[in-house]
Amino acid sequence: MDKKILLKVRNLTRVFGSKKKRVVAVKNVSFDIYENEIISIVGESGSGKTTTARMMLNLLKPTEGTIEIEGEDISNFRGKKKREYWRKVQGIFQDPFASFNQFFTVRKVLDDSFKLFDVQPSKEEKDKRIRKVLEYVNMRYEEVAEKYPFELSGGQRQRIMIARIFLIEPKLLIADEPTSMIDAVLRSSILELLLSLREREKSSIVFITHDLGLAYYVSDRILIMHNGELVEQGSADDIITNPQHPYTKKLIQDVPTLHQEWAL
Amino acid sequence: MSGKKLLEVKDLYTYYQTRLGEKIKAVNGVSFELKEGEILGIAGESGCGKSTLGISISGLFPPPLKYGKGSVKLGDVELTNINHSKLRKEILGKKISFIPQSAMNALNPTLKVKRFIVDLVKEHEPNLSEDEIIKRAAERFESLSLPKRVLDAYALELSGGMKQRTIVVISTMMNPEVVIADEPTSALDVSSQKIVIKLIRQLFEEKIIKSVIFITHDLPILRHIATKIAVMYAGEFVEVGTMEQVIFDPVHPYSNALMNSIIVPEKGIKGKKLPSIPGAPPDPRLEIQGCRFADRCPLADDECRKAPIEMREAKGRLVRCIKV
Ligand SMILES: Nc1ncnc2c1ncn2[C@@H]1O[C@H](COP(=O)(O)OP(=O)(O)OP(=O)(O)O)[C@@H](O)[C@H]1O
Ligand SMILES: Nc1ncnc2c1ncn2[C@@H]1O[C@H](COP(=O)(O)OP(=O)(O)OP(=O)(O)O)[C@@H](O)[C@H]1O
Ligand SMILES: [Mg+2]
Ligand SMILES: [Mg+2]
Repeated sequence: MDKKILLKVRNLTRVFGSKKKRVVAVKNVSFDIYENEIISIVGESGSGKTTTARMMLNLLKPTEGTIEIEGEDISNFRGKKKREYWRKVQGIFQDPFASFNQFFTVRKVLDDSFKLFDVQPSKEEKDKRIRKVLEYVNMRYEEVAEKYPFELSGGQRQRIMIARIFLIEPKLLIADEPTSMIDAVLRSSILELLLSLREREKSSIVFITHDLGLAYYVSDRILIMHNGELVEQGSADDIITNPQHPYTKKLIQDVPTLHQEWAL
Repeated sequence: MSGKKLLEVKDLYTYYQTRLGEKIKAVNGVSFELKEGEILGIAGESGCGKSTLGISISGLFPPPLKYGKGSVKLGDVELTNINHSKLRKEILGKKISFIPQSAMNALNPTLKVKRFIVDLVKEHEPNLSEDEIIKRAAERFESLSLPKRVLDAYALELSGGMKQRTIVVISTMMNPEVVIADEPTSALDVSSQKIVIKLIRQLFEEKIIKSVIFITHDLPILRHIATKIAVMYAGEFVEVGTMEQVIFDPVHPYSNALMNSIIVPEKGIKGKKLPSIPGAPPDPRLEIQGCRFADRCPLADDECRKAPIEMREAKGRLVRCIKV
C-alpha cells in the first residue's frame, strides 16, 4: 500500500481540570488518517471523541502528544498558517445549536466561509454557490437565507453546517454526529454527497458517530474509543463482523435492529 | 391495553409569525389521542414540524410561535388557551413534561447541574427539602449510569450524551403523566441509548409516567419502544398505525421511502443503494392545494393535486393518500 498519510496523531492526551475535578478525557491516542480515506470513530458517551475532534481541528491544545498534517506539526500554526489549516481541515460540530453565532443569519454564516479562500469569488458567484449548496441539503435559499439559527429546526441547522462544508470542500472533514437530527431519507442523500466529495476532491472524512449502521455503511476503517482510549481499530468489515475487544463486542450487541429483540 | 385517555389533540394548527413578517405554517391539522400505557413515536422529515408539534402540545407558545386553531386537551383541561402562570405552576413538569431537542443547550452553563435541579423542583414542590431532591436526582442519575460528579459539574464540562441524560432526569423528576421527548437519544452511543430507553420503560412500568410521545429519527429505536407510530410530512400526519404496521408494512409512499432508508449494521448493507426522494417539501409559507407530497411522489397524478387529502382508513391504519 502506497497510500499517503494525511493526518498523523501520536500519543494524544488531554486532561481537564485538576485535583478532585481532574478528568483525563483522552488518553495516549495514536492513529493515522490516509488520503482519500473514510474512517469512523465510535465510542461510549463521554469517551473523548469530541475532545479528540477539537484537538484535530486545532481548536484545543493537547496536554501531551502531537498532530501532524502532511508531516508538519500543527501546534505552531499561527495567523496565515492557521487559516490555511482550516481551509484544509474543517469540522461539523456535534451540537448544531451551539455551532454558530446566534446573531448571524444563515446567509452570513455561509458567506463567511469564503474568508478562508485566498482568492475571493465575485458576489454573484458567491450567491450562486450558496444557492447550490443549500439545494444539496434540500433547503431553499429564499426560505432560509435571512433566518437566524434559532429560527430553524434541529436538522435544518445541521444541514447548514453541511452546506458550509460543500462550499469549502476541505481536504479533511471531521464530522461529529453530522446527521443525528436528520431523517433517514435525507441522510442517504447527504451521505451520497459527502462520498462524492471524496471522489471529486480526494478528501478524507472522519465520522464521529454512535450510529454503527452509518459507520459500517460509509467507512473504510472504524476506530473504537472507550474511556479516553483507543481500544480497537480495523477495517469496517472486521470491526462489525468480527469484533475483538470486549467493549466493541458489547457495542455491537447493543445495536437495536429491526428483526431481533433488543434485550433491555 | 386501552387505558384511560390522557391527551387528545384535535385538528391542531400552529404557525410562526416571523420578524420578517412571514407566516410559517408548521403544524397543519394534526389529530390524535394518547392513552395511558401508550408510547407514540413520531418520525418524519427534518423540518416537517415535529418539534413545533411537541411544544404546541405542551401549551406553551413561546414567540414567535402562535396558536392557529384546534384543541389540545389534557384530561379535562384545554391547554391552548390556559392562563400561563397556571400552566407553569400546575401543569408543566407535573402533568406534562417536554424534553426539548435543544436539551443539550437548555442547561444554564453557569449553574451547577445540582443547583438547576433543586431550583426546578422547588418551583413546583416548595416543601421538598434540598437533600430529598438531591437524593431523588442521584438515584435517577445512577440508573442512567451517570457519574455522581455530574451533579457538581457545570453544563459546559459535560459531553453531549451526559447533557442529554441529565435533561432526561430533570424532565422526569416530577413524575409527569405525559412525557414528550424530542430526540432524547440522538447524542448517545447505543449502550447509553439502551439505558435511557430502559429507564423510560421502567418509569413507565412502575406507572411513574403514564404515557410518552417520542420524537425521533431513529427508527430502530421506535421499533423497540413505540406502541404506535405517526409519520409526519410537511406539518401533517400522513400515516398513523401500530408500530408493526408502520415499520414493517408502511403504506404511505413517504413512510415507505423512510422505512427503506434505515441502515443497520448487518452484512450486505455496505454497497446497498439507498433510496432517495428527489425535490424538497413544499414551502411552509405557501397555501397548498392537494397532497403535500405529490411533487415528490412516484404515485401522484392530477387527482392528487385537486383538493386537500383527508386521512382515511387503509389496511387497518390511518393514511393520508388516495392512491394506496
Ligand atoms: N471543557 C471541559 N471541561 C471539563 N471536562 C470536560 C470538558 N470537555 C469535556 N470534558 C470531559 O471529558 C470527557 C470526554 O468528553 P467528550 O465531549 O470528548 O466525550 P464524547 O466522546 O464526545 O461524548 P459524547 O458521545 O457524549 O458526545 C467527559 O468526561 C467530559 O465530562
Ligand atoms: N422560531 C422560528 N421562527 C420561524 N420559523 C421556525 C422557527 N422554529 C422553527 N421554524 C420552522 O418551522 C418548521 C418546522 O420546524 P420544527 O423544528 O418543528 O421541525 P422538526 O420536524 O422538528 O425538524 P427536525 O427533525 O429537523 O428537528 C421549519 O420549517 C422551521 O424552519
Ligand atoms: Mg461528543
Ligand atoms: Mg425537531
